[in-house]
Amino acid sequence: MNKTPKHPIEHLLRMDRIPHIWCPGCGIGTAVACFIKALDEAGIDPDKTVVISGIGCTGRVAGYVNLDSFHTTHGRAIPFATGVKLANPDLTVIVFSGDGDLFAIGGNHFIHAARRNVDISVFCINNFIYGMTGGQVAPTTPLGARTSTSPYGCFEHPFNLSYLAESSGAVYVARWTPLHIRRMTHSMAEAITKRGFSFLEIVSPCPTVYSRYNRLGDGLDMIKYYHENSRIENGADTKNIPLETGKEIVVGKFVDVERPTFLDYQTEQTKAR
Amino acid sequence: MSERHYKDKKSILTGEHFWQGNIAIAEGAIAAGCRFFGGYPITPASEIAERMALRLPLLGGVYIQMEDELASMASILGASWSGVKSMTATSGPGLSLMLENFGLGIMTETPCVIVNSQRGSPSTGLPTSFAQSDMMQARWGTHGDYEVIALSPESSQECFDLTVKAFNLSEKYRLPVFILTDGLVSHMTEKVVVPKPERVKVFDRRKTQKSPKDYLPYQPEDDLVPQMANFGEGYKLHSTGLTHDERGYPDMTIEAHDKLVRRLVNKIRKNADDIIILEEKNLEDAEVVVVSYGVTSRVVPPAVKKARSEGIKIGQLRLLTVWPFPEKRVADLSQKIKSWVVPEINLGQIVREVERAVSKGSKVVPVSHAGGDVHDADDIYKIIKELV
Repeated sequence: MNKTPKHPIEHLLRMDRIPHIWCPGCGIGTAVACFIKALDEAGIDPDKTVVISGIGCTGRVAGYVNLDSFHTTHGRAIPFATGVKLANPDLTVIVFSGDGDLFAIGGNHFIHAARRNVDISVFCINNFIYGMTGGQVAPTTPLGARTSTSPYGCFEHPFNLSYLAESSGAVYVARWTPLHIRRMTHSMAEAITKRGFSFLEIVSPCPTVYSRYNRLGDGLDMIKYYHENSRIENGADTKNIPLETGKEIVVGKFVDVERPTFLDYQTEQTKAR
Repeated sequence: MSERHYKDKKSILTGEHFWQGNIAIAEGAIAAGCRFFGGYPITPASEIAERMALRLPLLGGVYIQMEDELASMASILGASWSGVKSMTATSGPGLSLMLENFGLGIMTETPCVIVNSQRGSPSTGLPTSFAQSDMMQARWGTHGDYEVIALSPESSQECFDLTVKAFNLSEKYRLPVFILTDGLVSHMTEKVVVPKPERVKVFDRRKTQKSPKDYLPYQPEDDLVPQMANFGEGYKLHSTGLTHDERGYPDMTIEAHDKLVRRLVNKIRKNADDIIILEEKNLEDAEVVVVSYGVTSRVVPPAVKKARSEGIKIGQLRLLTVWPFPEKRVADLSQKIKSWVVPEINLGQIVREVERAVSKGSKVVPVSHAGGDVHDADDIYKIIKELV
């Protein structure tokens, strides 16, 4: 009998926890696969890499990667990661979480970590909705989109996450979709090795709730949609690239600048003491 | 904060000092090995943050002022998993926010220390004054079943000593430990003697000697506490606030939940004798005993002295650890002593624990005060007098 061949990214997954909980057609699994490949591409020592998640569908990422990993409380992945990184700067610290976790309950932590330029990477799966709790409206839900708590269409303007990240002080900002596997992987590798606060927005399908409420089809339909409607524009002004229903999705690397980190300033300003 | 300390790169400032309680807490933390402080300003606790901001960067540590108390608590948990002893300090309104991630610290067994310098409450209350009204908040404030450790200093010296002790207990039993002080002890300036470094007893977390292959992060030792590994040491740890098995993996079964929650509670209950610190005075022949903790203990001696001078056989029981409550000792004492007086700066919190622990036929009388001042010693004396 033939032995099942090993999957090329198995070494960095907790195979004793597979199958995972994510739905067919969801973009989180693709992003995790890209992340594992990005770790290889970046040449980072897995023993010195920590993945931290909040709560929700994407919050479960920390449970599947075979790395030091912590599944924190709702919204608090970034401040937890801040403590991890500042206490041991030799660690590579990645926060993997969702749009509701990072930008509603955790929104304040996001802008302050970016402002301080704490040397961590934040990878956000933006599926425009609270998936795990059954599809409620999120701070990213497009105006007019339907969710279980916006049955007449969303009344609120959503955050443009990439713009928010840049204006808060992130030194690296990129946006991709699960269609852009090669580019997303490369961006993740860049973000991980970038010194300072880096942010990657991963626009992602949620076939089970978001697509169902808004009649967008299944996962494959969404990938087709990304194929037809996304446009790569590296260096785009983040102010001009909001995500709106029925409009094009501008993807690319938008920000890549240098700025000293929190610890750089601490070291510099206490040197003479 | 004198210039001398500003330049001082020694972690243990051996010698005699004239320190306010908050400074003594910060120095106790540094002496215990704390090198990470994540905090948010609040009266009457801010001097702890200020002292840490002054001292930690020169000792290879980190001070960070977070955006709120939710983040402060999260940051010290993270730092602890990086292997660095960590602390935060706040008052009641801030503790209300910290209790969210205090629960995560309990569930994931993360050593760290939280100072609550209590002020008049509820809500914004009396910011610049003091009370002892968060005793039950610390005990039951986060959701769920759990046990806590809380120490309550009465002086600047005890602020130093008990902070060292709090770190030792947090490392030994792997949980966030409370220091429940108050605005008066925090701001009172008194003599503090800091011993030589070799005389400061420091307990560091028990690290696993097992290889990553054989190590189970939540497999308890005989005392019900699992040995620890830090991030970055090759163990590929996984921790979660979800109910988990000994690997740290989520396990949503009733059996796993029962096993985990019972162990988290029992690791404190079964080790209570090792944790609890009491000070007892004149209990041998006592007919009445005054139970006190924190700043209220400073008002008890004049009341006791007056009662003694009138021939009343009165003893004192002072709780240096308020949690776990010394119910065994109180039950033992109440076999003989039937009258109990419990002054506290709240409307009756720890008195309920005393009532619960004493034997049948005992009389327990609270001496309450809503906060903003200490008791008049005469108010305590009058209750003693009425009892006998």
